[in-house]
Amino acid sequence: MSRLFAAAPRHRLDKLWPWLCAASVALSLLMLSALLTLLLVRGLGHFWPATLEEITLRSGSVVAGQAIRETPLPQEAGVERLYFKGNRDVDGVSWHWVDIDDITSRTTPHDLIRLERAPWGSFIGRLAAVETDQQSLHGHEAWDYLNNALTLPANQRPPGQLLLVTAQGETLRQPLDSVSQALAPNAMSWWQKTHTWGTNVWQFLSEGPRAANTSGGVWPAIFGTVLMVILMSVIVTPFGVLAAIYLNEIAHQNRLTRLVRIGVRNLAGVPSIVYGVFGLGVFVYGIGGTLDSWFFSDTLPSPTFGTGGLLWASLTLALLTLPVVIVATEEGLARIPDAQREGAVALGATRLEMLTRIVLPMATPAMLTGVILAIARAAGEVAPLMLVGVAKLAPQMPVDGEFPYVHLERKFMHLGYHLFDTAFHGEDVQAAMPLVYATALLLVVIILVLNLTAIFLRHYFRRQRGSEC
Amino acid sequence: MLASLDIANAPQAPVTHFSSEHCALSIEQFNLAYAGKSALRNLTLSVPRHRVTAFIGPSGCGKSTLLRAINRLHDLNESVEHSGHIQLEGQDIYAAQMNVTELRRRVGMVFQTPNPFPMSIYENVAFGLRLQHRLPKRQRDDIIEWALTSAALWDEVKDRLHRSAWQLSGGQQQRLVIARTLAVQPDVLLLDEPASALDPISTLKIEELIRNLKSQLTLILVTHNMQQAARVSDYTAFLHNGELVEYGPTDQVFTNPHLQRTENYITGRMT
Repeated sequence: MSRLFAAAPRHRLDKLWPWLCAASVALSLLMLSALLTLLLVRGLGHFWPATLEEITLRSGSVVAGQAIRETPLPQEAGVERLYFKGNRDVDGVSWHWVDIDDITSRTTPHDLIRLERAPWGSFIGRLAAVETDQQSLHGHEAWDYLNNALTLPANQRPPGQLLLVTAQGETLRQPLDSVSQALAPNAMSWWQKTHTWGTNVWQFLSEGPRAANTSGGVWPAIFGTVLMVILMSVIVTPFGVLAAIYLNEIAHQNRLTRLVRIGVRNLAGVPSIVYGVFGLGVFVYGIGGTLDSWFFSDTLPSPTFGTGGLLWASLTLALLTLPVVIVATEEGLARIPDAQREGAVALGATRLEMLTRIVLPMATPAMLTGVILAIARAAGEVAPLMLVGVAKLAPQMPVDGEFPYVHLERKFMHLGYHLFDTAFHGEDVQAAMPLVYATALLLVVIILVLNLTAIFLRHYFRRQRGSEC
Repeated sequence: MLASLDIANAPQAPVTHFSSEHCALSIEQFNLAYAGKSALRNLTLSVPRHRVTAFIGPSGCGKSTLLRAINRLHDLNESVEHSGHIQLEGQDIYAAQMNVTELRRRVGMVFQTPNPFPMSIYENVAFGLRLQHRLPKRQRDDIIEWALTSAALWDEVKDRLHRSAWQLSGGQQQRLVIARTLAVQPDVLLLDEPASALDPISTLKIEELIRNLKSQLTLILVTHNMQQAARVSDYTAFLHNGELVEYGPTDQVFTNPHLQRTENYITGRMT
């Protein structure tokens, strides 16, 4: 064989084309890994307790903060470095650009601390004292007292306030119950930093957002995304499978059936926002409005079902992914040899028994492939959700302890929309940028996990029917 | 000269008739058309009980179509029209009160390519049983062992009943399909070129199985292979262009056919 291919090239491309193919694969892999690396580094790096620097400028002013990045100035006028200095309550900005030629000294003192506070975000500076009703603590005692107090929930901490000093020398008082985290990163060992990193990641995953989505966690968005995707799968799978069975097993294979099939395939290409408009018009205003006027007329004009919500979003996405499930299932059904169907029928099976005992089990992997594709499409879809139920900040989770426990009419948070909102609609976009990367990474991971679950299920069903041989 | 002409133009030998106690299946004036195109024309023949009857004929002569008509598999295809009667033990199988699934249990069918279901060997044989009624496991196990033994497969698979049926060889798969059909205790077994996809040794095993099975039930075999028909069948029907040309005891059809057309086909001068 190889000798055959090694024959004298008839055309210049003869030797080139395998390389072209390989190059396109390599380029795709490169871009993919670049994407994942960017998300991993920027997203996960954000949770690492970064070194805090104290710099003195030629003008005599002192700045304490975290070095973010450097940018060359135009016309080779040197390099500027961006510092995150926090303390937005002191001078109104938390970022500082410094010309590096202006820096006269650059140190990393161990007593620099970084606090996370409820109203104003980060504080970077020094802890002068802790004042409680009985005593005033300084130095190590103050730091230990603060760390002990932080192990308690905010409402159980003893009353008291922190006396803080910024690098410039301004003092401010901070109530103890407004602080959520206190770190002295320059004094931390590598192991302590790792531990803090883990805690931060866990908080990101398990807590709700703070400060208008610019900090805090994304748990409600994770929950909303996963619940919406699961609901969507539960709705779309039976519909898609039944439709595929009708098209492939029951309908006469005539011109009309072919037309319907082409129509279904083309539906998969309709832009998702169009489905959003449909969902808004039919589900939200049409069905939701009618439900409200029938069952919730006492609360009108404030809508119950007549506004965007989890149910309408799931239905809209189910509609959006229906063609994918139908096409995949139909292809699976068409692959089953007629000999299997005839074999079952010839043994005395009715058509329904043939379908449920032979055809559907054999088509299960194809169905799951359809569901996998549907999940992959639905979990990443944001545009239609903005019309039918996603919220920037949902005050209540769609599942809670309040009867009837599952509230499908509630608005919900979604990682994709959260990403969009954090990146463009916060008051301090620069500060939220790492969270954008972290959220994007999380969205990728969640879709991966959902897909892997479906792939595992498909593998399980394949093994069960023993076709792996 | 005249005498020899007379022999050549002799009227078709009378269709073999069996008294009702020996006749398992009788086909009368049966016609069948696919989408208006005639496939079987005015067929009349009766099949003896506990014998092997072979249908032979060139491709497209309608022998498989006839076989499928006996099992009413054409019901799945709506472009098929038929007229005439097929009677199984005196009952018209196309009568309105006929239960089609019960008919298909009584008339088993084995196809050209082995089509075991994608499940274990055990479940394949149990498939038809589970459709009928719930049996205690002991009883079901007994029937499955009996069916596999009847199909000469038990010794080969008894240690791996719960393995996938798709791991068996082609010949074993075909015997499994036969066992699966036997398990529901049919009266008639239809075999549509059961060995055409198999190697010579598996073919011999299937042929031996067919000969052994006729003590239990009536078999109808469709085959392209003249030697096979001669080896295993008791009666042979030669079909051509949807018509029955000649039907009689196999010895007679193969050694002393009434009609020139039959002789031409058997000796390979017409395909």
